[in-house]
Amino acid sequence: MSAVATEVREEIHELPPVNPRGRRWTRFILPVYTVLMIAYLASPIFVMILYGFNDIPGIRPTQTPRFYGFTLSWWRNVFNIQGLPEAVKNSLLIAPISATVSTILGTFFGLAIGRYRFRGMSAVDFVIFLAIAVPEIVLGSSLLSMFIQSGTSLGFRTILLSHIGFSIAFVAVTVRARVQGLDRSLEEAAQDLFATPLVAFVKVTLPMITPAILAGFLLAFVLSLDDFVITNFVAGQTNTFPLWVYGAQRIGIPPQVNVVGTMLFGAGLIAALANVIVHRRRA
Amino acid sequence: MAAEDVVEGAASGTPLASHRRLGRRRRLVPYGLLSPGGAYLAIFFLLPLGLMVYTSLQSGGLLSGGFRFTWDWANYTVVTRYQPQLVRSIAYSLIVTFAALLLAYPMTYWIAFYGGRWKASLLLMILMPFFVSFVIRTVQWKFILGDNGPVLHLLKEIGVLPDEFRVLATPFAVVAGITYNFLPFTALPLYVALERIDRSLVEAAKDLYATRWQAFRKVVWPLSLPGVFAAFLLTFVPATGDYVNAALLGGPGTRMIGNIIQEKFLTENNYPEAAALSVILMVAMVVLASVYARILGTEEATRAAAAA
Repeated sequence: MSAVATEVREEIHELPPVNPRGRRWTRFILPVYTVLMIAYLASPIFVMILYGFNDIPGIRPTQTPRFYGFTLSWWRNVFNIQGLPEAVKNSLLIAPISATVSTILGTFFGLAIGRYRFRGMSAVDFVIFLAIAVPEIVLGSSLLSMFIQSGTSLGFRTILLSHIGFSIAFVAVTVRARVQGLDRSLEEAAQDLFATPLVAFVKVTLPMITPAILAGFLLAFVLSLDDFVITNFVAGQTNTFPLWVYGAQRIGIPPQVNVVGTMLFGAGLIAALANVIVHRRRA
Repeated sequence: MAAEDVVEGAASGTPLASHRRLGRRRRLVPYGLLSPGGAYLAIFFLLPLGLMVYTSLQSGGLLSGGFRFTWDWANYTVVTRYQPQLVRSIAYSLIVTFAALLLAYPMTYWIAFYGGRWKASLLLMILMPFFVSFVIRTVQWKFILGDNGPVLHLLKEIGVLPDEFRVLATPFAVVAGITYNFLPFTALPLYVALERIDRSLVEAAKDLYATRWQAFRKVVWPLSLPGVFAAFLLTFVPATGDYVNAALLGGPGTRMIGNIIQEKFLTENNYPEAAALSVILMVAMVVLASVYARILGTEEATRAAAAA
């Protein structure tokens, strides 16, 4: 199959590379469709950003379809609303701690399943696969079951423990994907040049998998920041940003929610772009 | 830790002896690397899943002296009472999965094959929703689709729709909401699979007088199937357990099994029955995932997660 393919590819350069069928208007269908899909995916984000600037009158205003005019006052008084500052603070404390711990644990895990073949590997693989595939509500309710059985009081601590738990698998598969694509001979070459396995790992392998570790960290950070379902089960009386929004929306969306959402969106975008740039430079 | 052991082994003893010891220690390295994360997953992933089965067999009440383990299998009869919600969850989730596959496939196909140097940027745009909280996105859809929201208000004003027309609280709203929220999970594995396809195979098909459609049908589509199956799994499983969309966009007639589990746990404090429902959902999903892993392996689905 592949032999045929390569032969044909060589011939292709001698033929005129014109595909008459692709010249019609139909060739615009897919790109236009893709742009429309991206617009659809972006629409609630666009609404969120826009309505963070809506000059709504009233003492405790909530989002209305009517756009009263442009204001920066929600940006200036973003935390001038009860409960929101604590919720955002909790989210911004939990996310980096959870991401750091799960990145360390997940990186070791990813290295083990990406580099080695060992007894019990398929069982370990399946556990990781399960941790990614299991519905959040099942994991959230079972964590709650465990915390109740063991008499652990719910709050910041249980949220953090749960977030680390569901992030490890994602970091592990991110690191594994990179480790599997590595050229092992580079590390062996370093060892032939009398580097100990540890030195060879730190000087050769680690720099090559750093983008994956960073990507895993970002993923874990976003997963923690965004999580609602599992957090809702194990939070007790503690609020995180998504939990607070869920509670507040019952009487309408306060414009400050849009402002915080926009800030986090901007930060996430910058981090993602930085990661892409790091990737490019390493590649 | 384990890596240090290896270094130590290499430094001591005669070359031959150290070599043998190195071999034995090297076999232990993966276990050393696995143990911290593995221990964590055992305590905060596997143990709770097991304990939930234990909870599901308890009886008693929170106010009447707590729960005791009594092999109370009767808790599982709860499923007969919530059969409509269970069936609805699976039906919604199937519609969502097919809708998401249908919506995502042409887009990911175009990006993978014709995205050129914009590939990375376009992919980032598909993943853009991940940078906004799931709850905010859904709340904004509730706003956009509201009875007097920006869309319906306009359409009612110009008389296209009758005044009592509504989208919220209908099955459509819930299905559309879940589809929106899980679309990136569908798109990612599709993209990963399509991206990997060797372009020269398509060119070869065309040189052999295949039309564009035939080349797609006979070459691209079969080669993308692993991605389609991975996308199916990664969309169907979480969609079945979702309750946030049904809670925010739905009404009394669109409640899913997740809503019931959530209420029983957090409002009614009926832990055994809630756990029983959760166990049923878990077993169904684990069986599905196992069958998938048996037939197709775990590679494709986890690769998609890594691509994120």
